[in-house]
Amino acid sequence: MMRLPEFSYLAPVSVGDAVKLMADHGPAAMFVAGGTDLYPNMKRRQFEPSVLIGLRGIRDMSGVRGSSKTGLTIGAGTSLTAVSSHPDVTGHYAGLATAAGLVSSPQLRNMGTLGGNVCVDTRCNYYNQSYEWRKAVNFCMKKDGDICLVAPGSSRCWAVSSSDTAPMLWSLGAQVKLAGPEGERRIPISALYQDDGIQYLSKQPGEVVTDIVLPPSEGWRSAYLKLRRRGSFDFPVLGVAVALRMDGDIVLEGAITLGAVASQPRPAPEAAALLVGQRLTPELIDAAAAAAFKPGKPLDNTDLTHPYRKKMIRVFVARALREIAGP
Amino acid sequence: MKTQLTLTVNGEARDVVAAVHKTLLEVLREDLGLTGTKHGCELGECGTCTVLVDGEPVLSCLALPVELVGREIKTVEGMADGRRLHPLQQAFAELGAAQCGYCTPGILLTAEALLEDNPTPSRDEVRVALAGNLCRCTGYTKILDAVELAALRMKGARA
Amino acid sequence: MSAGKFSVIGQSLPKIDAWAKVTGETRFADDLVLPRMAYAKLLRSPHAHALIKRIDTAQARALPGVYAVITGHDLPRVKFGILPVSQDEEALCVDKVRMVGDAVAAVAAVDEETAERAARLIDVEYEPLKPLMSIQESLANPEVRIHEYGDGPNIHKAVALQFGDVEAAFSGAHLVREDVFFFEGNTHLPMEQHAAVAHWGPDGKLTLWSSTQTPHYVHRLLGKILDVPQAHVRVVAAPVGGGFGGKLDPFAHEIAACKLSQLTGRPVKIALTREEVFYVHRGRHPVLMWIKTGFTRDGAITGMHFRSWLDGGAYGSYGVASTFYTGALQTVTYKIPVYKFEGARVFTNKPPCGPKRGHGTPQPRFAMECQIDKAAEQLGLDPADMRRRNLAEPFTKTANHLTVSTIGLGECIDRVVEASGWREKRGKLPPGRGMGIACSSYLTGAGTAIYWNDMPHSGVVVRADRSGLVAILCGATDIGQGSDSVLAYLVAEVLGIQPMDVRVHPADTDLTPVDLGSYSSRVTLMAGNAAIQATTRLRDRIFEAAARKLEVTPERLAARDRRVFVADEPEKGMTFAEAVTLGESMHGVLAFPGSYAPPKRAGKYKGGGVGPSPCYSYSACVVEVTVDAETGEVKPTEIWIAHDIGRSLNPLLVEGQVEGSIYMGLGEVLMEEQVFRKGVHKAPSMLEYKSPTTLETPEIHTILVETDDPEGPFGAKEAGQGPLLPVIPAVTNAVHDAVGVRIDETPISPEKILKALELGRQGKSPRVGPDKLPLFTFPEPRAVESAFGQPAENITERPFGK
Repeated sequence: MMRLPEFSYLAPVSVGDAVKLMADHGPAAMFVAGGTDLYPNMKRRQFEPSVLIGLRGIRDMSGVRGSSKTGLTIGAGTSLTAVSSHPDVTGHYAGLATAAGLVSSPQLRNMGTLGGNVCVDTRCNYYNQSYEWRKAVNFCMKKDGDICLVAPGSSRCWAVSSSDTAPMLWSLGAQVKLAGPEGERRIPISALYQDDGIQYLSKQPGEVVTDIVLPPSEGWRSAYLKLRRRGSFDFPVLGVAVALRMDGDIVLEGAITLGAVASQPRPAPEAAALLVGQRLTPELIDAAAAAAFKPGKPLDNTDLTHPYRKKMIRVFVARALREIAGP
Repeated sequence: MKTQLTLTVNGEARDVVAAVHKTLLEVLREDLGLTGTKHGCELGECGTCTVLVDGEPVLSCLALPVELVGREIKTVEGMADGRRLHPLQQAFAELGAAQCGYCTPGILLTAEALLEDNPTPSRDEVRVALAGNLCRCTGYTKILDAVELAALRMKGARA
Repeated sequence: MSAGKFSVIGQSLPKIDAWAKVTGETRFADDLVLPRMAYAKLLRSPHAHALIKRIDTAQARALPGVYAVITGHDLPRVKFGILPVSQDEEALCVDKVRMVGDAVAAVAAVDEETAERAARLIDVEYEPLKPLMSIQESLANPEVRIHEYGDGPNIHKAVALQFGDVEAAFSGAHLVREDVFFFEGNTHLPMEQHAAVAHWGPDGKLTLWSSTQTPHYVHRLLGKILDVPQAHVRVVAAPVGGGFGGKLDPFAHEIAACKLSQLTGRPVKIALTREEVFYVHRGRHPVLMWIKTGFTRDGAITGMHFRSWLDGGAYGSYGVASTFYTGALQTVTYKIPVYKFEGARVFTNKPPCGPKRGHGTPQPRFAMECQIDKAAEQLGLDPADMRRRNLAEPFTKTANHLTVSTIGLGECIDRVVEASGWREKRGKLPPGRGMGIACSSYLTGAGTAIYWNDMPHSGVVVRADRSGLVAILCGATDIGQGSDSVLAYLVAEVLGIQPMDVRVHPADTDLTPVDLGSYSSRVTLMAGNAAIQATTRLRDRIFEAAARKLEVTPERLAARDRRVFVADEPEKGMTFAEAVTLGESMHGVLAFPGSYAPPKRAGKYKGGGVGPSPCYSYSACVVEVTVDAETGEVKPTEIWIAHDIGRSLNPLLVEGQVEGSIYMGLGEVLMEEQVFRKGVHKAPSMLEYKSPTTLETPEIHTILVETDDPEGPFGAKEAGQGPLLPVIPAVTNAVHDAVGVRIDETPISPEKILKALELGRQGKSPRVGPDKLPLFTFPEPRAVESAFGQPAENITERPFGK
């Protein structure tokens, strides 16, 4: 049986306590919420923290507050099941409900949290393997090794951002609230990420994501499409998240963000810019899909081949736009 | 580091002294002798170890007992009411929904949570609810049949 | 169905172990706990191919909580393997490792965590050798030898057989097609990871509880390699949490657990991780195939030449049988007057392949059924009609000397064609939707044992006593297919009682007569026939005693509804328990054996032992799919299958086997693949080895066709493997019908479909598949006269058959 390494477990009941505990224990400690990402990684010895700071007991960190009119604040500890079925989310941020509802399996969504999915570790099929497997290929730079096995000449890690909700939140213009030893801050979700497979989050190690804040939904429509082999369990090997603010059938502004094609969500601003002030005609959709195709550069480190995943960007962007345009 | 906990398992308070890093799966099987909960990967990738926590299906391989104090944990051993099997157990037995039987406990519990939420699911709704439980024997057909039969009987019993 | 004639047979009854399985009571191997038990862990090689220079276990031994550490030097230096011709495995490698995952040392400790920690402290120095990761690499590097034995450098086995003049058959044909196909390897992925508990007692006697499909072969092996008389070894098969052929070899972990138990004086449990199960493997061989077939203008096959190259992995396992199986059953499904087969199995530095559900036959079935589809298109024939035109004749011999009894394939084809709306729908569905058909046949039990002997293949003891108890003792192993239940149904039917009145005690080499194991779809027929023989003997004694009491002749008695009575005066009789008491009074202990050995019909040529079976099942399958031409994604929307089961002993169980087979076939054709990169398995996990979920599995419509075979118990044939075979080509053929592409290699992934569509748009052949064959010279074929069309001989008419 795969088992966890030893650790001690601390259960703060407030964000302040959690941050303080983290400051006290330093790099040996990690936060854990649902555990659905961290525990498998720990069982594979990708992480071996000696202290876990559990966030489950912090009541303030879960639940949905506010309204679609003023903007919605979703506690980072809210389960993916709750996010995907919350009426304000399904009614006004449909793409987010879809994305949260497509993460892994029903059981995992009952345990996994929105904050956890936003911060989910980057993935690579040279990395998400047991200690023994990784040893057999001499390890990679993300853990225990020196080189990137996907791109051996590269000085950086190319592990793939595999969150379903992150690209959608990015397109929706969400912000995240962070709490740390220096206090709280609020940043656009786009600023949470950086394009590096190891340091994929820009947050300080002592900081914890406490809330995800969605802007008012007025006029916005959103859609999320996910490419994967099976309808359950699988991480995205391509995610396409589109959010458009519409006036009737005219696009006022919008964003297209690709998931699982880089170490962070990858926006396609040129494609989105083509849509502004336009009706979503089949020709425009094709043009935008062609433009979105460019920024995605998947590598050969997930399921399905990377040329295929690249090819699917165009198809999925067009389909997501068509979904928003309606029949 | 060991810790002492009181877990509520199948309606009974159970005292456990176990290492903090032991998962619920390990504690159920190795400390409480409840081997009805099976395991197929221990990484959350197959659904075999599913149990209910406060009625919700969760993966016991990724749950820590220390986080579950005060919650109602239900395993397959807790499904029957004394000698009376749960209608799902009855239907699974009658319709051949358990072949090797290894994935069966997890599927039964997932289905129980479904029928609690949605007593008259469509076949596709059953499919969606069970999409996190792999079975290699049955092709799922008899499992879907059995959930539908149990739902019908439970509806009949309520009427 | 014949519900009136029988009281148990033909009824959709629950399995006798269903209640234990739905309550969590079934104790699988990893659920067993013994007092003072230690936990073991294997250290496995991180190299695909390397010499072992040194193993230092000192640090591991020094770790608190460690009871024992062993290497191959602690075991007798005897190599083993499931087949007598391929004794090439060591439980713990001594000089050389041949794959990532080969075991080199084992630890027993106070708990599993300590054992794992200790295993990581073992220091092994390796000298890496060039890993050979494909057939091409192994053939191209003859100077690098994975094994020192075989039919050539890195050639495990090369065979060539010819039954009649195929060249003449081709020159007389209207159409001759040559096609090349590749079938990717895949694995069983049982939900239960293998586990075993060994207890070597202070009396020197060894007991092993294991999740094995074949306790008998494990029993034989332990005696051979552990310096213990086989008579002092007891192997008990725990209920198996899914087998599919993956628990059919004796394994390193079983042997290591036994040795560690001997050394520590404790029971020792070992449970594999999911990743280790991928290394244990013995799954579907990757097979490259070339097939040349002649057809008449109206689609009749004139002759066939078939070549297969099997990527065997690092060890022999069942590979010699697998090799022959890729060539054996083509002739059983359709009429093939002359036939030539050449096959070679190549060693590579990967986990060994072996028997997975359908052993060696899904690959050629894929090739042949796709080729027939292409030929039908060329000849302007309906693919279903063309298959019907080629039906083999019942009660004849095939070109390669296999004796075929009943054949229900014609009815199977008719039934699926009708049920699926084939005539109305095929070719008329909107773009992106299509239908495909394929057929198959499969063994009902291998006609020869794995090792040469004249003993029974199955033995059963049926015992009854004054309590009315009936107990069945049989060495067969229930792997979820319901074989324990089938024995209970058969015995209950013969004795006129109910299955719940019978207890089945399976698979314990101390208590149960030998049964060769749960493989080759053999248990229902072989153990079933043995059970019927034993039960008939028991019933005769009971009837003799009851007849005396009732003052009639025994011939006038019948047993039904838990009574023994005069058949034409039913009110004159007694309860079954009373009759048993009379029997015990008259005869003493009532315990009777039954034995079964299949008819000896193997062709008189080398390799003739692979393929014979008492009888063959048949299946026809129609699949409807939608293909997304933009993404290449294939979605099977509905499946119809008709299966010639001989007689359905329990329709519920048969349907379950058929549905499970369909499911496994769908996984193989659409997404499952066991592939390697940098010498290691690319994705040894439940997440990345893609097994279909409820969402990928369509509605399955199962039609059972009964042909009442004279060889089977009550006429029954197999159901557990045959129905997998046609699914794979039926899906592929449906994809062609939907979007016009031919994907000649599995799995038919979305990227392959897009690639073929793209080729079509460029005006090229819209096909994706292999086009190169290995440079390899097969041995001179052994020329054997074709036995095609000769009348069947040596058919056994069994009691209760009709």
